[in-house]
Amino acid sequence: MSETALAEEQSSTEVSSSKIVTLRIAKFNPEHDSGQQYVDFKVPYERWTTVLDAVLDVKKHLDHSVAVRYSCRQASCGSCGMKINGRPRLACFTKISELNSDVVTVEPMNNYPIVRDLVVKLDKMFANHKKMQPYVIREDSEITAPTKEFNQTPEQLEEYIQFANCIKCGLCNSACPTMATDSSFLGPQALGQAYRYVADNRDKGKYSRLKIIDESHGIWRCHFAGSCSQVCPKGVDPAMGIQLLRGYLLGFRK
Amino acid sequence: MKRNENREGIKGMANPGRYGIERFAYWLMRITGLGLLAYFIGHIYETSNIVNGKTAWENMLSMTQTTEGHVLLTLVIGMCVFHTANGIRVMLGHGGYGVGKPARPDYPYTPASQNNMHKLCIYASIGLAALAMMYGMSVLFGE
Ligand code: HEM
Ligand code: SF4
Ligand code: FES
Repeated sequence: MSETALAEEQSSTEVSSSKIVTLRIAKFNPEHDSGQQYVDFKVPYERWTTVLDAVLDVKKHLDHSVAVRYSCRQASCGSCGMKINGRPRLACFTKISELNSDVVTVEPMNNYPIVRDLVVKLDKMFANHKKMQPYVIREDSEITAPTKEFNQTPEQLEEYIQFANCIKCGLCNSACPTMATDSSFLGPQALGQAYRYVADNRDKGKYSRLKIIDESHGIWRCHFAGSCSQVCPKGVDPAMGIQLLRGYLLGFRK
Repeated sequence: MKRNENREGIKGMANPGRYGIERFAYWLMRITGLGLLAYFIGHIYETSNIVNGKTAWENMLSMTQTTEGHVLLTLVIGMCVFHTANGIRVMLGHGGYGVGKPARPDYPYTPASQNNMHKLCIYASIGLAALAMMYGMSVLFGE
């Protein structure tokens, strides 16, 4: 196919690049395609080239129509989650060189509706996130009654700060085996955030949140397979948060 | 429809190869649970045969004396041991025990809940199951 001509000649990527990788992109437009189609592109890369760089290289020089979502390019915005060689990862946080493969296959993340090509709809995840009441709940407020501030020691911060690292990229939900079959499951992203607020010493909304997650498609659907934590690019470890929450519900933790 | 939500479905759920030993243990736990359930139902059916008298009972029992019967029983032993040992690990984990302590994460972000204790317990469960199967085989096939 003509598209597979080497990007090397026209590419703005350094021409001296000695290595070429085959980037296999899953293309699909639900509006008029009947199924996914894999298209191969040859892309030059360096030790530091990320998968996102390579996709953008293709977009710039070989196929403008490739749909991809990104913003920060530094694992902060959570936009560029996709399946890279079978595992959900951030495209901007994955180097071609670390994959040790001559072919890099990029596909949209599983367990989300496809918007187009590599872009998926995260609406349901955001809705589940909102269900967790992702804010500090208490009667008094620093803002409306600014007579005092809510104290927090560094040790108390440590209790939840790892969960506050979540960038809502959705990789965890895509790796989760329960999510693979249950469309109503709240998912590790949301459950991890429930823990984030429950573990915050300023928060008084613990029982309200425990009630929300204690439902048939809620926390009990987790089997502790741990895949969410293994793919999380920010060290959130949602599986830990879920088991700790379950500890509260089962009465092992106060 | 798969396209609508692009869900991985049973195939993705059951694909144990991509996410390390913990996902493999999850898969084994489900398979052995279902296997034990199937055995349990078969076992009730088999033992209920005793109401049909001594000959019927002995006929039924002779099924376990064949090579296939021995292989099946060896599998059941393995499933039992893995499911029980790993089940204890999973139950403790589900209660929030041994899943690590929250801490400020540092690159490369090794998740504390996927710690070596859990990995060790999984390998031990598989090892124990293998040992029990070997012992079972030596008894069943011995002499
Ligand atoms: C003392 C022995 C046992 C222990 C400690 C145990 C423990 C467990 C645990 C913790 C789970 C949940 C695993 C998860 O969340 O993924 C489970 C699932 C299951 N167990 Fe057991 N179990 C035992 C014996 C049995 C027996 C004898 C049977 C069959 C009659 C059985 C059948 C099942 C089934 C069908 C499942 C569901 C599998 C799934 O959907 O993932 N278990 N067991
Ligand atoms: S928990 Fe991790 S993998 Fe899941 S959405 Fe948050 S940052 Fe992404
Ligand atoms: S582009 Fe922002 S996380 Fe990858």
